[in-house]
Amino acid sequence: MSLDYVKFSPGFESFMPKEYRDMVEHGPFGKKTTVSQMGNFKEILEEHPMCAGCAMTLFIRLAIVAFPNPEDTITVGTAGCGRLAISQAAIPFVYGNYGDQNGVASGLSRGLRVRFGDKPKDVVVMAGDGGTADIGFQQVLHSWFRKERFTTIMLDNEVYGNTGGQESGMTTRGAVLKMAPLGKKFEKMDMVAMAKIAGCAYIATVVPNNPRRVESCIKKAVLIAREVGPTYIQAYTSCNIEYAIPTDQVMADAKTVEDDRYKFAEYVSEDAKAYLAERYGYKEYIQKPAAAIAKA
Amino acid sequence: MDSTAIIGTTNKKGQVITDPHIMMNDAPRTPSFFTGSEVIKEAVRRANVDVMVAYPITPQSEAAALCGELFAEGYIGDYFRGESEFAVMSQCAGAAFGGARVFTTTAGPGTMRAMENFPMWSGARLPIQCIVTCRGINSPLSIQPDTIEIAYLMNTGMLVWHAETAQDFYDWIIKGYMVSEEPDVHLPLALCCDGFFVTHTKDTVDLTPVDMCLPPYDPYRSPVPCMDMECPPVRMMRDPFVMKSNYISYATHASWQQEVWAAAERSRKHTIAWLDGLIETEDVDADILIVSSGTAVSQGREAIRLLADEGIRVGLVKIKTLRPWPEEELLEATKHASHIIVPEFNVIGWLAKEIKATIPNSKRVVAGPRVCGGMTLPPEVIVEEVKKAIGMRSGVLAGRGG
Repeated sequence: MSLDYVKFSPGFESFMPKEYRDMVEHGPFGKKTTVSQMGNFKEILEEHPMCAGCAMTLFIRLAIVAFPNPEDTITVGTAGCGRLAISQAAIPFVYGNYGDQNGVASGLSRGLRVRFGDKPKDVVVMAGDGGTADIGFQQVLHSWFRKERFTTIMLDNEVYGNTGGQESGMTTRGAVLKMAPLGKKFEKMDMVAMAKIAGCAYIATVVPNNPRRVESCIKKAVLIAREVGPTYIQAYTSCNIEYAIPTDQVMADAKTVEDDRYKFAEYVSEDAKAYLAERYGYKEYIQKPAAAIAKA
Repeated sequence: MDSTAIIGTTNKKGQVITDPHIMMNDAPRTPSFFTGSEVIKEAVRRANVDVMVAYPITPQSEAAALCGELFAEGYIGDYFRGESEFAVMSQCAGAAFGGARVFTTTAGPGTMRAMENFPMWSGARLPIQCIVTCRGINSPLSIQPDTIEIAYLMNTGMLVWHAETAQDFYDWIIKGYMVSEEPDVHLPLALCCDGFFVTHTKDTVDLTPVDMCLPPYDPYRSPVPCMDMECPPVRMMRDPFVMKSNYISYATHASWQQEVWAAAERSRKHTIAWLDGLIETEDVDADILIVSSGTAVSQGREAIRLLADEGIRVGLVKIKTLRPWPEEELLEATKHASHIIVPEFNVIGWLAKEIKATIPNSKRVVAGPRVCGGMTLPPEVIVEEVKKAIGMRSGVLAGRGG
């Protein structure tokens, strides 16, 4: 009954808030909306309390538009800027304790499978670099090692933004930040490599400048997580406040960072490729006949 | 959903879903000789548990492992080992957020490591059941029974029950779900026992039929909707309000905390019905009473027998539930007593403090004898405390209680 829950109870239509009516009448539930249509439908996340020019907010909006099945999707987050926006989306958001988002998502994903069997109930973690790579590190890695079937998205602004600009494990070496008064002493953690070692079936690094790419990555990650295994997306979502990036330069900064240290990269396991091809018709992953390969 | 409609049907294991009152009150019982850990397994077998998360820590490891066997046998929907107690309790929270009936076990330092989760469970109204097999938490290291962790649990908003025997354990695990899942309660339950004394000793326990089980958890009877995108409203944020300048956030937090504790109070009527009262009493007209919880009650019973041999009449109050706290019951039970002896297995005497805060003329309360760090509490030590309280001379027991 997932789609039924967005409908009005008969007789209550005129009493519902306009925001709710708009969501029912113009929202993406049950439709195949894409980022190219943004502005033409009621988004799941519109208003939010983030800073002006926040790249993280743009990324979160893109990610949520890309959810393949928003009417059956639950997000999990933790303390941090991203939570302020995600918690205001029109889909459920779970917040536990700082850094336990991948533990909560593990239980949530399993509990939903026990209750609903094979019906897809997508669980998507969206948390910052502090929550994912630092305090939540153990739970993140173990959820991957256990092959938990949900997607983890790191909103990597390379700083503890919400608490006022302290260095995190994802801060680049040498950056002078609060609690790193002489510059950060060690390298940015290579979470992508760790995701590979831990067995994630899909991994991507993205910046928000390319909406269609973000959409494609999120969609693949969520679909693969349903049956194949854990998936991980690491997104550069700059903190224009703590890094003093002028608001009108936020996207230019993202482009520079993308060219420098945040190049788009995508890893898809062989199992995941076969799954995407067979289940969802992804042409690029359809195995070519051996003869065709030889001819090529 | 009509919850009675499923009564008489069978679950995946072929157990008959039975009216809990009939199962626990009327069904035949079979005496069985089991350890406390095995009793946990047998209760969970009949509790229709959806998800259990396990982690090894003495003395709960055996129970957690035995529940794994239940999963292998098909009695539990899902089971896995977490990476730490903090993670386990987070994983339990996730499963409960998704509407599953959840069970876990922990002990001592593990309880403390997971402590951040317990008030979160309460605040999120997640009716998870956590068995706490108490052990020492302090340095120097001890793995022996010590109930100091209960003092911390009592301030989390959870329901806290303290089992004395394996029979208590068996019945209360099953009944615990019935109380904690009531729509007007919907709180987690810390079901405590004194590790080793209960978990590792064998006792004869009367078990309900193995082919009967509880009705499954119905998450739609929760005061806070489960997160499955199957029921309105669309937006079901369980997120804290952190806009600190917003008066509404303070008001919301304050009122919600009060609601959590009010829910614990509302559990009182259900708990009384299921446990036949929050306390159990014997001979409370006596001038001297031993009031305690857990296995200290058993030691108190033996002390009463020893004292009776000397012609000293002593009554007994067994406290079953610490949250809700049996305030009215204690006021009534202790109204005749001139001396109230409170033996405890912990150094701080949290139970004596609670009792002193409850009854008038609290100088009647003797906060002891107390042992800690896994030290046993022989009934003779309680006898000595009673005699001291009433001004009788007694032989000094070397090395105990100074």
